[in-house]
Amino acid sequence: MTDHDSQDHDHAGRTPSAMELRVRALETVLAEKGYIDPAALDLLIDAYKNKIGPRNGARVVARAWSDPAFRRWLLGHATAAIASMGFGGRQGEHMIAVENTPELHNLVVCTLCSCYPWPILGLPPTWYKSAPYRSRAVKDPRGVLKDFGVDLPQSTAIRVWDSTAEVRYLVIPLRPSGSELLEEAALANLVTRDSMIGTGLPQTPGGAP
Amino acid sequence: MTYRSWADLGGRPDGRTVQPEAEGELFHAPWEPRVLALTLAMGATGLWNIDMSRSSRETLEDYSELSYYEIWLAGLQMLLLDSGAASPDEISSGRMTRPAIEVAHVLSAEAVAGVLAAGAPVSRVPDRPARFTVGQAVRTGTDSPRHHTRLPGYARGKQGIIERVHGAHVFADSNARGLGEQPEWLYTVVFDAADLWGSAPPGAAPTRVSIDAWEPYLAPA
Repeated sequence: MTDHDSQDHDHAGRTPSAMELRVRALETVLAEKGYIDPAALDLLIDAYKNKIGPRNGARVVARAWSDPAFRRWLLGHATAAIASMGFGGRQGEHMIAVENTPELHNLVVCTLCSCYPWPILGLPPTWYKSAPYRSRAVKDPRGVLKDFGVDLPQSTAIRVWDSTAEVRYLVIPLRPSGSELLEEAALANLVTRDSMIGTGLPQTPGGAP
Repeated sequence: MTYRSWADLGGRPDGRTVQPEAEGELFHAPWEPRVLALTLAMGATGLWNIDMSRSSRETLEDYSELSYYEIWLAGLQMLLLDSGAASPDEISSGRMTRPAIEVAHVLSAEAVAGVLAAGAPVSRVPDRPARFTVGQAVRTGTDSPRHHTRLPGYARGKQGIIERVHGAHVFADSNARGLGEQPEWLYTVVFDAADLWGSAPPGAAPTRVSIDAWEPYLAPA
């Protein structure tokens, strides 16, 4: 541990403003040393706050639901199929799409850290990076699903994908009943982030999931 | 010297429920996005690679007490110190007291979109054929190596089946130690949950769990 770490470990009263100052100090010195361009930091934040997020993945899933040829391409060569919609790059270089069926439910986790397909889902939610999820998803996936309000039938098998290397996984959820007449854009609105990780189900048209 | 990862959480007892979160909730304090961006921007300098970053975070002794972005900040500080890019005094004071070291790249604002879109693929041309084929039974190693590795503890010493061959990928175990990429074949290996945990919930359809494992983690079953 560094001196700095131990100084900051006053478990009684670490305030957000102390963290704010600590981060600001670091950014200042790294910029002064010429390692970083603060304007680049602003653009990185803007990209993940406003441009790269789960609506990208929702469009991919909606296309897979409505276009059988695209679905086959996505299941066979996900990185290329996703790139054809303009999504790709950092933390999505090696994509695999896995499909839910009435018999099989897929769930994605990274037990070792927080690996997640950024180009199509954005940054991972807090729970995805949390100890309870990473500990329990591989051992008690049905219990984890219940935390999300999903009670799978006992007859549905579960497949858990632990992202232990640089391969990133996208779950194609089951297309909800009642969505048969919807166009791609309307279908995308039914696709939730959690349904593409496997901890949730898509919304049904005109209702809750 | 021993190496301990505090991040290998799969299968650990944890009675806490998972707390779902709304889709737009990305950050919970104003400093968190700055830490994210600092980490990405410093990663672009080439002073270290992504496997070194993961290693710096997972070896933090207070890992389990820190929030996610606190882990990222502490990991970044370790990398800055280890690489000689900044001193403890500079990190705490926010003032430069030593000359900068040379870095290969500085991520400019103009380059951000292109760098994110390009990513950093880790697939490499293999220098030998794959040892295993789809459908083959394999057994994972039992070692706890004294360095960064990506074979989770719960999947060590277990029998599984090769389900997919991904090609040769940069080997995290060597890359994290600065020993170069040393690409190795990467496989999806699938296990029956009953084989991992010794039992399965009665009455439920089976659960299977897969990992992505580099060839050195595997032996024929």
